[in-house]
Amino acid sequence: MEATYNYKVVRQFAIMTIVWGIVGMLVGVLIAAQLIWPDLTKDLGPLAPYLSYGRLRPLHTNAVIFAFGGSALFATSLYVVQRTCQTRVLSDGLASFVFWGWQLVILLAAISLPMGFTSSKEYAELEWPIDILIAVIWVSYGVLFFGTIMKRKTQHIYVANWFFGAYIVTIALLHIVNSAELPVTLTKSYSAYAGVHDAMVQWWYGHNAVGFFLTTAFLGMMYYFIPKQAGRPIFSYRLSIVHFWALNFIYMWAGPHHLMYTALPDWAQSLGMVFSLMLIAPSWGGMMNGIMTLSGAWHKLRTDPILKFLITAMSFYGMSTFEGPMMSVKTVNALSHYTEWTVGHVHSGALGWVAMISIGSLYHLIPRLFGREEMYSVKLINTHFWMSTIGVVLYIVALWIAGVAQGLMWRATNSDGTLTYSFAQSVNAMYPFYTIRLIGGALFFAGMLLMAYNVWKTIAAGKAVNDARIPQAVAA
Amino acid sequence: MDAGLISSVVTVIFFVLFIAILVWAFYGGNKKKFEDAGNLPFQEDADETRKPD
Repeated sequence: MEATYNYKVVRQFAIMTIVWGIVGMLVGVLIAAQLIWPDLTKDLGPLAPYLSYGRLRPLHTNAVIFAFGGSALFATSLYVVQRTCQTRVLSDGLASFVFWGWQLVILLAAISLPMGFTSSKEYAELEWPIDILIAVIWVSYGVLFFGTIMKRKTQHIYVANWFFGAYIVTIALLHIVNSAELPVTLTKSYSAYAGVHDAMVQWWYGHNAVGFFLTTAFLGMMYYFIPKQAGRPIFSYRLSIVHFWALNFIYMWAGPHHLMYTALPDWAQSLGMVFSLMLIAPSWGGMMNGIMTLSGAWHKLRTDPILKFLITAMSFYGMSTFEGPMMSVKTVNALSHYTEWTVGHVHSGALGWVAMISIGSLYHLIPRLFGREEMYSVKLINTHFWMSTIGVVLYIVALWIAGVAQGLMWRATNSDGTLTYSFAQSVNAMYPFYTIRLIGGALFFAGMLLMAYNVWKTIAAGKAVNDARIPQAVAA
Repeated sequence: MDAGLISSVVTVIFFVLFIAILVWAFYGGNKKKFEDAGNLPFQEDADETRKPD
């Protein structure tokens, strides 16, 4: 029998990426609307508590990060590791276990969060039984990924796999340390850490969830799919090595910037700020590396909407990795913290960078998984691109203005030292910006529906590929 | 050894390690090796031209 790649697990995760993307973003649109019309779901009777903002917000973040982003990463990492190592995954059974296990986690999150079960740690809200399940699945994923690398036929391990590998190891570490908790009942636990230590562990986790889940791993995507779609190798492979190590040396220490002007010791706050500022160097080095891959072939950007997605994602990556360090500067943070600016920054990264690089990669991947030359409609990809781009820009510009206005209103004082504005006045000032944000978000969401249609038609015209041959003759 | 000394030593070790990585990455003798590595995603395409009918 000829050696083949396991495309089944890639296909499963790729499809679920789109499904969870739609679900997660729909919840996002709903809670954005609730900020404008707080009574939106009040009249739903017995359903109302399950749809309250406080319960849906963690559902939204978990769904888009771990269900949508996570599925995209499982799909691409397992595709890339097989193809660049020129070998089938370590075990088909383990691959199935990881897929179904992860879907079970998502399902449990979708039930337990609206019911109000939460550990109240941001991005780690799921209660302890689910935490244990995640740890088991994550370790299995690690075995699957590194096991595949170990049986590779190529001599060198391609750099995209380094990024995926760092992400898998780090997320395991972060999740297990931050989830250390004492169970009281099946659905209630308390953190093993107390006070400021708990806060620091939480934001060491929280920031590195951004650093390694939402950055390093998607850079792995970038290092494979941009060269493939552009048809030329990465601008500088040596720069990618420096990019990788610089990110890994620095990212781990930036967490304290989430705790500026809190009970955290001052030196730890300053350390977090300095490391955050240093992060500009590797981030921009990586961004240049991705974008410059097109050097000499810029014309491809005009005709290929998939490349537009990938390269625009890099631009948003550059933008948000400049904005982030700026926001970690204490004096800037004094204005930006707790305002909508932070929310805008997160979405410039999450929609502009993470979602767009995933969408671009999926448009590259789907036809290959279903035996087609290209997507059903390239024109629709282009439409999707513009919907996404306009959606993100509306979203982040609205929240920049909203955040700065909010920060300025909160700090404004009269000559006698009293506050110029009441809190309610600052809330009232948000309405127009919340509305623009809702429009931007809804546009991005509608783009995902368009993508689902395009993928549906592509699959209907194609046939699942299960016999993708592994090249036999292998040079180093 | 107190915690302050340990963290100083670790910082220096990491710094030297990072410089060593830089030298390794940009050392002239490794140029060809890394260029080949950059082409890894394209090695697979030799056989990919055969499309399902």
